[in-house]
Amino acid sequence: MPGAAVTAAGVACRGVTLAYGARPVLRDVTFAVGPGERAAVLGPNGGGKTTLFRALTRELEPLAGEVRVPARPGVVPQTERSRLDFPVSALDVALMGAVSRLPWWRRPGRADRERARAALARVGLDAQADETFGGLSGGQRQRVLLARALVQDAPVLLLDEPFSGLDTRSAELVMALLDQLAAEGRAVLVATHDVEQARAWDLVLCLNGAQVAFGPPEETLTLPVLERTYGAAIVELPGPGGQAVMPPHHHDH
Amino acid sequence: MLGWLLDPWADPINVRALVEVLLLGATGGALGCWILFYRLAYSAESLAHALLPGLVLAALTGAPLLLGGAAGLVVAAVGVAVAGRTPAIGSDTAVAVVVTALLGLGALLALSPDTPARLQELLFGDVLGVGGADLALAGALAAVVLGALALLHQALLVVGFDRASASALGRSPLAVDVALGVLVALAILVAVQGLGNLLVVAVLVAPAAAARQVTRRVPAMMAAAVAIAIAAGVAGLYASYYLDTAAGASIAAALVLAYAAAHVARAAGRARGS
Repeated sequence: MPGAAVTAAGVACRGVTLAYGARPVLRDVTFAVGPGERAAVLGPNGGGKTTLFRALTRELEPLAGEVRVPARPGVVPQTERSRLDFPVSALDVALMGAVSRLPWWRRPGRADRERARAALARVGLDAQADETFGGLSGGQRQRVLLARALVQDAPVLLLDEPFSGLDTRSAELVMALLDQLAAEGRAVLVATHDVEQARAWDLVLCLNGAQVAFGPPEETLTLPVLERTYGAAIVELPGPGGQAVMPPHHHDH
Repeated sequence: MLGWLLDPWADPINVRALVEVLLLGATGGALGCWILFYRLAYSAESLAHALLPGLVLAALTGAPLLLGGAAGLVVAAVGVAVAGRTPAIGSDTAVAVVVTALLGLGALLALSPDTPARLQELLFGDVLGVGGADLALAGALAAVVLGALALLHQALLVVGFDRASASALGRSPLAVDVALGVLVALAILVAVQGLGNLLVVAVLVAPAAAARQVTRRVPAMMAAAVAIAIAAGVAGLYASYYLDTAAGASIAAALVLAYAAAHVARAAGRARGS
């Protein structure tokens, strides 16, 4: 999206190039997602989705361009990136969201604990609050990490393939929750492989080593754009009311 | 029976050893949990071995052992950093090469005719030989390490659990890694005076490893690790007194037995649950 404004609210990138060492892995990224908007970030493995999120969390400084995000966006990583062998409960993990508001030496207090319990209730896991995080199902773990972001109460949420491996109930719950969070005025960015799901979102950012397209789904989820995003591996299916397109389904690690 | 229990503590040497064991047990047990969580057991063992040349040189020149050990740690850290930059070898290999070289150098220096008879103390420690200064040092270490762990608890938890998201939660993984590394180095530097170069890792790793077998949460694991470290330390002193064995080695053996017992207890608990 040429000329995208770098806004004070939400999240925005202008002419961003990201690299590991001197080797650029994602070029020319320009987009803006405002408060209350939901954006899908599409792309193949190695296309740059996780790298972009690392830049948005300030874990990776851009080689060129400008990144504008609030100080501490809420992050919901793939659950495999967290330590499943760590002896912490679901409540302990949700409570970590409170840490972002505290000085480094302070521990969360009673009010934070109540907030964490409320966040777990909101993701439907109040009964699992005292269970060990690593013992929960993949879908439950994803919802616990979402609860952690809720406790953080960040104006921007970054979710890395939150629907990957989720059962239907968890997926529906997470989807409804993301809608609510956007309605509350948060900018929500979701890295995903699910093209059909992305059609329901406000904006779509397509990446494949560089920005391929950014805009509303009706402008970006076209066969030419998806072929440039996913290459020849794209599969076109006949669908009601238009064509459905399926990228190869796999996960970033 | 009461006499059997109290007899060893009639001797001030054993009382001082008991205080040293209590202080090092509390420090090692609590810190050891984070060493396990951050997968630093190999690094801790390597640091302990790598400071041997510094200790031996200090013994040869009459300098304070603490100073020699600190210098040894710095040399080891620089050596690992330099060797780790060699593209052909990984960081694990770099640590192994540097530590083996330093341990070998330490042994070579120790074979010098000028080496005082204290070498065995450097390797295996002499917990029965601790004096007032050693106890003061161990007390200061316990205060610093336990205080720092209390203050850093949440940061250690956030970074250890989910390193990739820690920055977004306002906690720097680099700062936490450095803080933990400094605490581990400090603990080794001080604990090596009482337990020796080869046994110090036992008190840093075994209690936490045993506690991990029988607990499900971090605070409970830390409390259990401290209790196990102290209990094994006291058991080691009793063994040393009544069996006339080396105190440091007896403590290390008790720590390993505690781990084995915890492992068996966990396996038995699982068998009952299935």
